[in-house]
Amino acid sequence: MNLNLLILVSTTIFSLGAIGLVLRRNLIVSLMCIELMLNAINLLLVSFSHYNNNLDGQILVIFVMVLAACEVAVGLALIISIFKHFKSLDTKEINNLRG
Amino acid sequence: MLSIYLTSLILIPLLGSFLAYTVGQKCPSASGPVATLACALSFVATLLAGQSILANSNVSETISLFSWFSFNELDVNFSLLWDSLSLFMCLIITGVGSLIHLYSIGYMSEDDSRPRFFAYLNLFIFFMLLLVLGNNLLVLFIGWEGVGLCSYLLISFWYKNIEYAAAGKKAFIYNRIGDAGLLLAIFSLIFGIGEVEFLRIEQSLLLDSAFQPYLYLAAVGLFIAVTGKSAQIPLYVWLPDAMAGPTPVSALIHAATMVTAGVYLMSRMSYLFEAFPMLQQLIFVIATVTCIMAGVIAIAQNDLKKILAYSTVSQLGLMFMAVASGAYGIALFHVATHAFFKAGLFLSAGNIIHAMHGEQSIHKMGGLWNKLPVTFTVYLICTLAISAIYPLAGYFSKHEILLAVDEAGYLGNFSWILTFISLLTVVYMTRSFYLVFLAKPKSDLEHLHSPSFLMNLPIAILALLTIVSGFFLPETLGQFLSPAIKEFTIKPEAIGSALVHSILPTLVLILTIILTPLLIAYQNLAKVVFFFPRNKFFVDEIYNLLVTVPLKRIAGILEGLIETATLKMTIESLSATALVSSKSLSMIQNGQLRFYFALSLIAILALMFFTVLI
Repeated sequence: MNLNLLILVSTTIFSLGAIGLVLRRNLIVSLMCIELMLNAINLLLVSFSHYNNNLDGQILVIFVMVLAACEVAVGLALIISIFKHFKSLDTKEINNLRG
Repeated sequence: MLSIYLTSLILIPLLGSFLAYTVGQKCPSASGPVATLACALSFVATLLAGQSILANSNVSETISLFSWFSFNELDVNFSLLWDSLSLFMCLIITGVGSLIHLYSIGYMSEDDSRPRFFAYLNLFIFFMLLLVLGNNLLVLFIGWEGVGLCSYLLISFWYKNIEYAAAGKKAFIYNRIGDAGLLLAIFSLIFGIGEVEFLRIEQSLLLDSAFQPYLYLAAVGLFIAVTGKSAQIPLYVWLPDAMAGPTPVSALIHAATMVTAGVYLMSRMSYLFEAFPMLQQLIFVIATVTCIMAGVIAIAQNDLKKILAYSTVSQLGLMFMAVASGAYGIALFHVATHAFFKAGLFLSAGNIIHAMHGEQSIHKMGGLWNKLPVTFTVYLICTLAISAIYPLAGYFSKHEILLAVDEAGYLGNFSWILTFISLLTVVYMTRSFYLVFLAKPKSDLEHLHSPSFLMNLPIAILALLTIVSGFFLPETLGQFLSPAIKEFTIKPEAIGSALVHSILPTLVLILTIILTPLLIAYQNLAKVVFFFPRNKFFVDEIYNLLVTVPLKRIAGILEGLIETATLKMTIESLSATALVSSKSLSMIQNGQLRFYFALSLIAILALMFFTVLI
């Protein structure tokens, strides 16, 4: 397998996530973008682990997955209560903490 | 035993002050008796402590109560000096003080803040005793400041009247100027010879001539202090205004005791002034000018208490003339007799003002002689005494002062000034006496407030003291005080030449009695002649022009320069910067989640970029 190619793919996915987070206004999409970025990182970790013949990276991936699962659980709960409160998921309208 | 008596004689008035206030909160009429009892007990303690000195005046004891502080090589003990001079002063303070306390019970019986009044009065006695008993200048200084404080508190006792409050402030500020002089003296003594105890300063005076400059500075400082406390030129102007206080206060503080603290201090430190004849001459000149000026002003005043106040300034001038001539014992003799008859005069004035419902102008009085018989008799006796008429106390003390001054020879060919001074006293006292008691009544005398027994008893005792003190004090007092201060002997041949001083007042009294009605009849002429004295020689106005107005100008300029230009501008620019920067920074906090993320992304990228660069 070509390492360069793998790096390119995971960077692209990460960038897509980041750009999505900046441009999209729906909170659920934002959460999905974060997941996308985390998975791009996972892909990169696995690639380097394979390339270096070291299992540490793969163990780290499991940790990141657990983290991502927790994040989704908490994030979705937050999104539900935000929706109940604001009747909307548009981040442009949810700006009560502006200075 | 002695130390117990001494501490109790000092502490009883302090305790009394506390009790008079606390008991007075529950029962206002009890505060007066409590304070009077405290003062009388202190008098008894003075007598008990003074037994040995009364038996043998050479006894002089130093009682060290506790070690106060030590600094470098200076060890200061809180110690008391108990000799004939301090006994003499304590007897006057507690004795006359008790009588005036007793009088105050009657005088203040209708005032609501009596507890405060009696607490202040007892506190004053405490500080005054500390002043005369201190064995070193620092203990004396506590008393000196304390009596100044009590004087201020009591002058502005009726503080709701703005004028009275201002009079209190004036007295306080003028006294501060004098106190600065006392501090200067203490510092120069500590710096120069490292001693503050009276006896040790005297010893070091003999030791080394290198101390001279420091001692000279100390003597000058002490004299400034004395002019402030004892109302001499140039700091005398506070005393007439101090009459704003209740009349017993004027009698106790501003006639009998506090203002004579200067005479005490100069007698105690007499060796210091003896060492500088030039300074003594200066003191003599200032005292003489004060004496004449205050006497002339007193002739032209219309307020009964103001007349007595200027008379006090004049008599104090006379005492300082004696002090400058080296006749300390004679000056202290006059302190005692003056305490008796001036307290008597002030308390009589209090009775008159009380009877007239607060009226103080002598032109609105008159015909009181048969309405207030006791007051009339006392005022008459005291007037004769202060005018130096034989055989009352004032005759003996004044006569001796004139003899001593003549003997010292400062006046040379101008000894007629002494005669003039004794004439002034006769004129202003007779004038006030005539207008108050003998002239035709100018107002309705039906509704007079007659004085109670409590107010008549003390003045009767004071009048009695005025009569008898002249007979036994003159011979014995000089001898009694001689261990503490230098004795001044008058040569027998001088007595003949000075006889004129003692006969003249009597002649002038007769002349004045004839002339006073005439003087009052030709009031318009008198108004022209006495234009300057009636306006107090415009001293207050001159001081105002020379000191207050320039100070206010400088303050105004400084306000413009520092307050507006510097302080205001820096502070305002600081606050403006804070406002502008916080407003522009708060635009970042716009509540947009995507914006925050974009910012942090940019920040992370920038950080990475810089890390790679480095």
